[in-house]
Amino acid sequence: MGTLFKEDEVAGIGSASKAWQKRLQERLSATPPRRESFPTVSGRQINELYTPCDVKDFDYGTQLGFPGQYPYTRGVQTSMYRGRLWTMRMFAGLGSAEETNERFHYLVNHGQTGLSTAFDMPTLMGYDTEDPRSRGECGRCGVAIDTLKDMEILFDGLPVDRLTTSMTINPPAPVLWAMYLAMAEKRGIPRKKLGGTIQNDMLKEFIAQKTFMCPPEPSLRLIVDTIEFGTHEVPRWNVISISGYHIREAGSTAVQELAFTLADGIAYVEAALQRGLDVDAFAPRLSFFFNAHIDFFEEIAKYRAARRMWADIMKNRFKAKSGRSLWLRFHTQTAGCSLTAPQPFNNVVRTAVEALAAVLGGTQSLHTNSFDEVLAIPTEEAAAIALRTQQILGEETGVANTIDPLGGSYFVESLTNETEEAAYEYINKIDDMGGMLKAIERNYPQMEIADAAYRFQRELVAKEKIMVGVNKYIVKEELPVDIYHVDETLEERQIARTNAVKNGRDQKKVKQCLERLGEACAGKDNVMPHLIEAASAYATLQEMCDVLRSVFGVYRDPGTF
Amino acid sequence: MAKPGLDGHDRGARIIARAFRDAGFEVVYTGLHQSPEQIVSAAIQEDVDLIGLSSLAAAHLYLFQKVMDLLKAQGADDIMVIGGGIIPEKDIVRLKALGVQEIFPSGSSLDTIIDWVNKQVKPR
Repeated sequence: MGTLFKEDEVAGIGSASKAWQKRLQERLSATPPRRESFPTVSGRQINELYTPCDVKDFDYGTQLGFPGQYPYTRGVQTSMYRGRLWTMRMFAGLGSAEETNERFHYLVNHGQTGLSTAFDMPTLMGYDTEDPRSRGECGRCGVAIDTLKDMEILFDGLPVDRLTTSMTINPPAPVLWAMYLAMAEKRGIPRKKLGGTIQNDMLKEFIAQKTFMCPPEPSLRLIVDTIEFGTHEVPRWNVISISGYHIREAGSTAVQELAFTLADGIAYVEAALQRGLDVDAFAPRLSFFFNAHIDFFEEIAKYRAARRMWADIMKNRFKAKSGRSLWLRFHTQTAGCSLTAPQPFNNVVRTAVEALAAVLGGTQSLHTNSFDEVLAIPTEEAAAIALRTQQILGEETGVANTIDPLGGSYFVESLTNETEEAAYEYINKIDDMGGMLKAIERNYPQMEIADAAYRFQRELVAKEKIMVGVNKYIVKEELPVDIYHVDETLEERQIARTNAVKNGRDQKKVKQCLERLGEACAGKDNVMPHLIEAASAYATLQEMCDVLRSVFGVYRDPGTF
Repeated sequence: MAKPGLDGHDRGARIIARAFRDAGFEVVYTGLHQSPEQIVSAAIQEDVDLIGLSSLAAAHLYLFQKVMDLLKAQGADDIMVIGGGIIPEKDIVRLKALGVQEIFPSGSSLDTIIDWVNKQVKPR
């Protein structure tokens, strides 16, 4: 198609722009600008104005194209939100399986269109409630799952053949997935019908979220097992959610979030290819997960750059042939780290602005944070407001009525290009190190993130970055907020339930299943069928994870800062 | 600077560790996933003047209490303890009643924390 702007016209605008710059400088020497510099929350400088000069080589065909067509900058699906709105998928999990089931029903009744599960720390780390390491942690930051029995209760009465379920779980992802599949099987739902996502992204754990179990290499092996299994057995399932959210929450910049996420994606594709899998067989089931932070345009540019970059990587680096292999489909969560404990009602506004960025960025599914999330697990009322935020955006504001409405903005296109360029620099650097696994060994992404986090904190102290209510517009008296309280008897009740399950099961069968699981781990057998068998026999989460730990070893935090 | 329990949110803990190091303090960072026993043992071994506990996964009441109990049991309760993270107002009161000297919840300024330590904590 060729470039959009005629060279001589751009030159004309360029001269006029210089003249305007002069007038601007005169204006600003009379009345100084309101601040010394205008950085994004990530620290990138933003110009006072963007014109065609900033995108003078803009080529609509190669840089944007149409929704559902390479390079997918404007959206991965042809009809995007004209077809249907993004999935409203609220992350939820608290206390016992019953309590979380109740919260799931509440959210579905209030109009959410997909399920998303938050697990407690013991479950996230592959421990049962009764383990001494789990003391005091049962049900505190998510739902406690010890056996298939809990999983059955968790999804009781929910149409998992029609609703998709996301599970935020990493080291024990294959185990929880096995429990979910066993639960569905018991309900007579065929695997081919099941849709959902397991986060299952260990590389970002070592980099940012830090739920650990086994070291990086065996963790990758387990992930490839799930990719392989999903490709054949659960074709509608997103076997991995390659995540930038946590990288950003740990303090990275937007460019780092994008670059490290895609670099993780590259590592996973390479690992699957090494196993001998065909790229077009598994690539369509890779999904992504990004943060929606508070700097509005920086986020929109990030999502658009992400789609274009991944399409290029899959097409040109990995030679994928199928269109769907090139799609970067992503879930978004609004930024937890942008919320403030002082004046928490302000967080409703932050979440709304962040959600808007995600929508204008073309997300496939969205979680909006509750305003009280900085204080405790969200109450029902707070979660409802967060869900309504999405519904108001989708139904009232008109922002979803046209696809990629910011396409063509001189600012947004320029920022998208800049973001892509800066992210590729990081990816090339990581490639030079030998890939993400090697980069992690060298502590590279971890230290980049720690440095960015420290820089931001220092800027807050110096008031170069403002957080309303925290370092500006502070109040002495806070308005009271009702927060969620965990039932203190939960831990012992959960232990009692799990013991009852253990006493009521076929111990011999469980022992056999765990042995076969161990053999599969030590050999080359895919672990998933063995995990499903063990889960179906009511082996506990920790019993299965202990097998993995015994074969693959245990990873410990290096403790650098 | 310690991370008790299974909580993996270490952004704040690592920033605090760095800030104190930059302010001239000697800092020992335990890394993640430390039991109260490990923390108290390390604190005694390293002969620290102050323990900072970071919690963002809502298990602070049990874990911080355990640390306080163990310090007392081992005759090391002259080591001051402060905490931070996601700790609601009601719990701050309870933790102080256990002997935790101060809690710096999310949003606290680095300078405020360092000033407090400079004023309140003496070498043992």
